Amino acid sequence: MNPAVRIDHVTKRYGAIAAVDGVSLNLAAGETLALLGPNGAGKSTLIKMILGLTDPSDGNIEVLGSPPGSHAARQSAAYLPENVIFHKSLTGHEQLTMFARLKGQPKASVQHLLERVALAEAMHARIGTYSKGMRQKLGLAQVLLGQPKIAILDEPTSGLDPLSREMFYRMISELAGAGCAVLLSSHALTELEARTDRIAILRRGKLVACDRLSALRAAAGLPVRLRVEIRNGQADDVASKLGGQRVNGQAVELVCEARDKVARLADVTRLGRTVADIDVVPPSLEDVYRYYSAAQNEGKTS
Amino acid sequence: MIRSSVTIAVAELKIAYRNQWVVTAVALMTLFGLILAFAGSAPAGTLGVDRLTLTVSSLATLCVYLVPLIALLLSYDGFAGEAERGSLPLLFTYPASRFALLAGKYLAQLVILAIAVFAGFGITAGVVWSVDGGSSDGFALLFRLQWSATLLGAGFLALGAALSAASRQTGTAASLAIAVWLLAVVMYDVGLLGAVVADDGGTFTKSVFPWLLLANPTDAFRLFVLQAVDATVPGTGPQAAVQMLDVPAFVPVAIMTAWVIVFLALALASLRRAEG
Ligand SMILES: Nc1ncnc2c1ncn2[C@@H]1O[C@H](COP(=O)(O)OP(=O)(O)OP(=O)(O)O)[C@@H](O)[C@H]1O
Ligand SMILES: [Mg+2]
Repeated sequence: MNPAVRIDHVTKRYGAIAAVDGVSLNLAAGETLALLGPNGAGKSTLIKMILGLTDPSDGNIEVLGSPPGSHAARQSAAYLPENVIFHKSLTGHEQLTMFARLKGQPKASVQHLLERVALAEAMHARIGTYSKGMRQKLGLAQVLLGQPKIAILDEPTSGLDPLSREMFYRMISELAGAGCAVLLSSHALTELEARTDRIAILRRGKLVACDRLSALRAAAGLPVRLRVEIRNGQADDVASKLGGQRVNGQAVELVCEARDKVARLADVTRLGRTVADIDVVPPSLEDVYRYYSAAQNEGKTS
Repeated sequence: MIRSSVTIAVAELKIAYRNQWVVTAVALMTLFGLILAFAGSAPAGTLGVDRLTLTVSSLATLCVYLVPLIALLLSYDGFAGEAERGSLPLLFTYPASRFALLAGKYLAQLVILAIAVFAGFGITAGVVWSVDGGSSDGFALLFRLQWSATLLGAGFLALGAALSAASRQTGTAASLAIAVWLLAVVMYDVGLLGAVVADDGGTFTKSVFPWLLLANPTDAFRLFVLQAVDATVPGTGPQAAVQMLDVPAFVPVAIMTAWVIVFLALALASLRRAEG
């Protein structure tokens, strides 16, 4: 099957700097991809090119087989910009109604959508009175209009409280479940971990990593941490026996390569009743991100 | 396309109504109109024309300044404001074409301007007529003034849209709008008259000057309205110069219409070039 979005050796130059530099990336229907990278890495620029808001200096992008920004592409794509402020004199309901009409959607869907993003109570209040999170929810509501086939979200969870983030990811997984390709950029690493299919990391315009989190972890060869809780204050003893680091009176931390994990676990279990508990902590997305964002590790995976 | 434009126009009208724009524009027109009608013009009867006709011809001078100003104030923020807020790129990703966006905003602004002109001057004329009684001959002239002032405003709305679409910030668009108003409305005639004085009755004064004057829609408008006024109403300054020109009525109308078309085309071109 053709990918929903095909990005082929795309470069965008602003004067001397390449905001996006030779990026190739495919996004399949039903897939959720997180686009990560430090400030100024080129995430928003890449997103704007996918939407046809700015043209690549080089390379080619296809959205459902059409050029970005073409009528066909716009018909099936939804976008949440990084910083959008809607008109403060309109009410949430009026603003969403305007968007629904522009998308050719029935007005009846508006109320339902506002309820879904928990804006039902405020929908007849002016947007000028909304909090930042409420405005963000309104932005999300317009993404859901008319079952998009592609959703491009630039830092969608900024300003949302924890429960609203939960709600947001639920909506994203519903969208993806219905076959929508979702691309979201974010700096909120911990919350992305279990919620995206693939992770792409941009650094200075270059794609330095793009794969499933588990594959990125393996390729990066980042260590696994074993946190062992010890009974009876024998932490020092155990630490020296296992070659770990004493964290406090009751716990020892062991660091090992992913492939030695099972062997180390066996070492620990051999201690028998001295061990109260074991936690295996794989490298977090944050560790992976830090690894790929560091200059010397560029391009270690495909 | 029409559906999208209407959608945009409805939203714009709601915003303008909530921001008191409609009321302000009508009030402004009425206020200035009444001041001019009762403070500015010569007493009726002395010149053999009715009060209403006199009022309308002085309203024409008011229009030259006020209508372009209101039109620019209505339009300068249209796209620059959305660009600044970040909602313009979002609109660009919707299926509506950029032409439809432009048409929607422009239509809404035109409606507001037309309301201001028709209501403001309608109220003024009504008051003058009811106070003064007299003949109602002036009403045909009033209508001529109203629709041609709307056409004049339409040209400046298009100009404002072009400025707005070319600016990324409202601040830039606002300063451009003020500069354009000063240049096209205030300085243009003064500059030309200066040239006439320097030329001292040469060929410039006779053959080039009147046409240069007419190329400006504000002067075209003045000519169009005054053509219909009895010649006994005295004209002064550029007014007199314009009256010298013996052109058919469609010429000034065509000039005003050309401004609408040219600047809408420029606005559309900028909008199509605009990046998110
Ligand atoms: N219109 C523009 N003109 C000039 N330079 C630009 C423009 N847009 C982006 N850039 C530059 O391109 C680079 C990438 O910017 P971009 O906004 O894509 O970063 P980002 O990854 O989205 O960052 P953030 O996480 O802060 O949102 C930056 O160096 C920025 O200065
Ligand atoms: Mg960004």
